Amino acid sequence: MRLSDEFRDPALVRDIAHRIQRFAGMQATIMEVCGTHTMAVARFGLKSLLPAGVSLISGPGCPVCVTDQRDIDRYLALGMQPGVTLACFGDMMRVPGSVTSLERLRAQGADVRVVYSPMDAVEIARAESQREVVFFGVGFETTMPAVALAIKVASDERIGNFSVYCAHKTLPAALGVLLSSDEINISGLLLPGHVTTIIGSGAYDFIADKIGVTCAVAGFEPVDILLAVEAILTRLEQATAAIDNAYPRAVRVEPNSRAAELIGEVFVTCDALWRGLGCIPGSGVALAPKYAAHDACERFAAGLADVPPPKPTTCRCGEVLRGLIRPFECPHFGRTCTPTAPVGPCMVSSEGACAAAHRYEGA
Amino acid sequence: MKELIEEVFVAGYAGADFSGDDSALLRADGGELAFTTDSFVVDPIFFPGGDIGRLAIAGTVNDLLTSAARPIAISASFIIEEGLEIDALRAIAASMRRTAEEAQVGIVTGDTKVVPRGSADKVFITTSGVGVVRRAGVSGGSARCGDKVILTGSVGDHGTAVMLAREKLLDTEAVVSDVAPLVDIVTGLIESGCEVHAMRDPTRGGIASSLNEIASQSQVAVEIDEVRVRVNPAVNAACEALGIEPFFVANEGKMLIFVAAGDAEKALGVVRSRRYGEEAEIVGQVRPGPAGRVTVKTAIGTSRMLAMPSGELLPRIC
Repeated sequence: MRLSDEFRDPALVRDIAHRIQRFAGMQATIMEVCGTHTMAVARFGLKSLLPAGVSLISGPGCPVCVTDQRDIDRYLALGMQPGVTLACFGDMMRVPGSVTSLERLRAQGADVRVVYSPMDAVEIARAESQREVVFFGVGFETTMPAVALAIKVASDERIGNFSVYCAHKTLPAALGVLLSSDEINISGLLLPGHVTTIIGSGAYDFIADKIGVTCAVAGFEPVDILLAVEAILTRLEQATAAIDNAYPRAVRVEPNSRAAELIGEVFVTCDALWRGLGCIPGSGVALAPKYAAHDACERFAAGLADVPPPKPTTCRCGEVLRGLIRPFECPHFGRTCTPTAPVGPCMVSSEGACAAAHRYEGA
Repeated sequence: MKELIEEVFVAGYAGADFSGDDSALLRADGGELAFTTDSFVVDPIFFPGGDIGRLAIAGTVNDLLTSAARPIAISASFIIEEGLEIDALRAIAASMRRTAEEAQVGIVTGDTKVVPRGSADKVFITTSGVGVVRRAGVSGGSARCGDKVILTGSVGDHGTAVMLAREKLLDTEAVVSDVAPLVDIVTGLIESGCEVHAMRDPTRGGIASSLNEIASQSQVAVEIDEVRVRVNPAVNAACEALGIEPFFVANEGKMLIFVAAGDAEKALGVVRSRRYGEEAEIVGQVRPGPAGRVTVKTAIGTSRMLAMPSGELLPRIC
């Protein structure tokens, strides 16, 4: 596993950082769309290597953070039903719902299990056939193939007590909405390497062609990120817009055909609710009718009907996700909102902008 | 956990005497004793490189060592879940004996309770230990500006080994717990006369937690040089895959040692000549700066903060 070492090579990093300094004087705001980029930028201290006028801001690419409060409340409500086992990724445990969190629900006796893969949840359902196992389908295109596969296996093997609460999101449409608003002036986008491995860089062509914002697909090591920033700054200097691929060892223009096929078989496109962005047409998926038996929203429709709408809060995660405020600008940050007592998801997700700022840049 | 301890137990009964160190100091007949206690719960109870018994002895011994004390006696109490195989208990007891012999400490008293199935998870062990303080004043509150920080070996091995064994992830045999009693290292340091100011075994919360504790107790700033901190390749690979940083992962056979700058090279030589200290490095120093702040100089030459970890380590989505 030495794959990443050369992309952390100090001499190479210094070289690229030095090259980027030639853009000193340029004013550019680059949004790193992906939460893993936000973490990497903070962990490696990359902001300090950029020229003064070039700033990086976080975007809506943390899957936990963009999950709407309504979906979190509804999933928590399922956990309170008798005979239900909730299975979810670890990131979700501390995310606050309107009244509780999965971590607190577990402490109160609900059966909540952290899994590393959706297939682990299928295995729990197989082993404990008397329980209803509900997996929380959260994540972008990166996570969807694995969830699709789990649903397909459960269907093929008739594991009827396995279902998915599907809150998956797809990125391109959301980026289109974000860039088309007048709220913020974004010069360029650092596109997520993992997601683009699945959907192909061609999926963003409309951002350069129609919206006129230049983008670069980036990997997650310092060299990857700096090369992508350099590509964006070069385009800005030339006043052109394109989708540059600075992660060619993993990303192609075309989608990954096997993943796309699996996603296409199990899911259908639908509108989705995003925290901070509202309802975005065509930016989510639901289970295809063929797999409706494994759709938690169908199986528990009666119970979910009673879940009250989320309570309004003073949480400003939505503005953080749109790049309108930085974590430090939120009055809760580091005071009333900390990783152990979070007000919103950006402080607890391992990809959250506030978590990154709190951990690596200090309260 | 830190908040729980401070809000409930320190506020409840410890009060002003709470030092923040791993051992309490007791005055007795002109000498000084170190006294510590710890409960051990681990799933699985046998893991690559060790078991709950070795963990219990080594953990208590190492806590005494952080006060520069020579461990002299340990108690061991068991809470056993009904139905645990007797062979497993025998294996744990044998492992405890071997570890105690290695640490030259006696297991002198104990207690056993059996609870109904489901009331405990296989076996819980509580060990308490007493040691004779051989060098007064060694405390997490005694680090000084200019001190060098010695780390006795690689980080993240124990926590990663247990996590991989529990979740049956990746190649579980490739990562082995470092659980070990570090008597040889600390004895060597004390006998060398090196001016050691603070020591801490970076268990739960990893070196991030221990460094923050010492920085805060001593009201100093600490800077760690990332490239000097050794992480075994298999540990690194597993942590990368799970989205967890080795600096936040538990160790059970490592010591962070804050030593006066002038003695640092000598102390490093002593540590490296002792068992479990062969891979020791000087990984950082105490610098002028905001009290309680720990920073990391990254491999690429930038600087970032190393925060106190919070809550259990949770693997990420992607």
